Amino acid sequence: MEKFYLVLTGFMSMVLINNFVFTKFLGTCPYLGVSGRIDTAFGMGMAVTFVTALSGTLTWLVDFYILQRVSGLEITRYICYILIIAGAVQLVEMYVRKFFPSLYETFGIFLPLISTNCVILGICLFINIWGVDNLLEAVVLSAGAGAGFALAICIMAGIREDLALADVPHAFDGAPITLITAGILTLAFMGFAGMVK
Amino acid sequence: MSSDTQTESVSTLHSQPRLLDALTVGIWRENPTFRLLIGMCPPLAVTTAVKPALTMGLSVIFVLVCSNLVTSLMRNLLKPHLRIMMFTLNIATFVTICDLYLRAFVPDMSKVLGAYVPLIVVNCIIIFRAEACASKCGPLVSVLDAIGTGTGFTIALCILGSIREILATGKWFGLQVMPQGFVHWLSMQMPVGAFITLGLLLGLASVMTTKRKVA
Repeated sequence: MEKFYLVLTGFMSMVLINNFVFTKFLGTCPYLGVSGRIDTAFGMGMAVTFVTALSGTLTWLVDFYILQRVSGLEITRYICYILIIAGAVQLVEMYVRKFFPSLYETFGIFLPLISTNCVILGICLFINIWGVDNLLEAVVLSAGAGAGFALAICIMAGIREDLALADVPHAFDGAPITLITAGILTLAFMGFAGMVK
Repeated sequence: MSSDTQTESVSTLHSQPRLLDALTVGIWRENPTFRLLIGMCPPLAVTTAVKPALTMGLSVIFVLVCSNLVTSLMRNLLKPHLRIMMFTLNIATFVTICDLYLRAFVPDMSKVLGAYVPLIVVNCIIIFRAEACASKCGPLVSVLDAIGTGTGFTIALCILGSIREILATGKWFGLQVMPQGFVHWLSMQMPVGAFITLGLLLGLASVMTTKRKVA
């Protein structure tokens, strides 16, 4: 039962309270660039969630069992992380292309792009900074970070579909109004602060 | 995608290398933050005050110059399908150097910036410059281009940092600039302040460019 609470609170905390897009500004580029339509945003969100969960877990394993055990290897941490993420993305791309061709059609173009998504490297680094010391927590936190990104990008896409019909001043058309909308959205998400530590 | 046209304009520019152009293009005409909208995490995350913003800007200049130089020197050895991989490994090396330097010599800033220094690895600006400029041009043009783009990025960070620090605390670089009794805008230090300030600045930038086109 204790484990269940840990999973639940960890996940909720990453999705709502410490949402990476709203409180740590990670993944802002795709958040502004790809959030034009709900279905593309959803595809992107799912791809990122999957890769984040996979690479967050893998980097935790490598970090905990190799880099922290062998002295002197910690210096190569960033290079190892980037290699693992690029490898995970490549693996997911090949797997999806072989077994789910229709899914590959929908989010295939995003897969190579997300190896440079800040959310993924971000969660690997934050897991390291927070000093997470068990596998379950690492899996939950990284899955939650991806889900939080998917939630943020889908909400934004929904707002932007309506925003396309709104009468926005010419100078603010596009990115400026999107950023201001995002600012107001973060205000709403600040309401969750303090729910879980 | 919109970035394709940007890439083309850059590559035609550098086909006849004009050194001064390579240096100045990044500062305003292709300013990464205000005009190209790439690498948006640091402008939002580290600009609660000017000092971390400036530190971040200088770190990005260092990484950008080194990675552009090395990429440009090995541009004839790159294989197309392993290109991005080589860029990121190269960048990660210099980011590690930068991170260790900050940790040793400016530990307080390193603590403030936290995970955002290693996150320079996945900053789109650096990969974009490596792809658009350094993998096509000689070392001199690449270095000048890196200095220009990095300076443009640093200026953008400092503008944002100044606005947010002055409005949130009434201070600039820790010096009191606002009169006594100034009510602090606490929201400027929160994520809300970052998003809205950047949105308004982008609006201002777009007003300035449209006016320039008419005139």
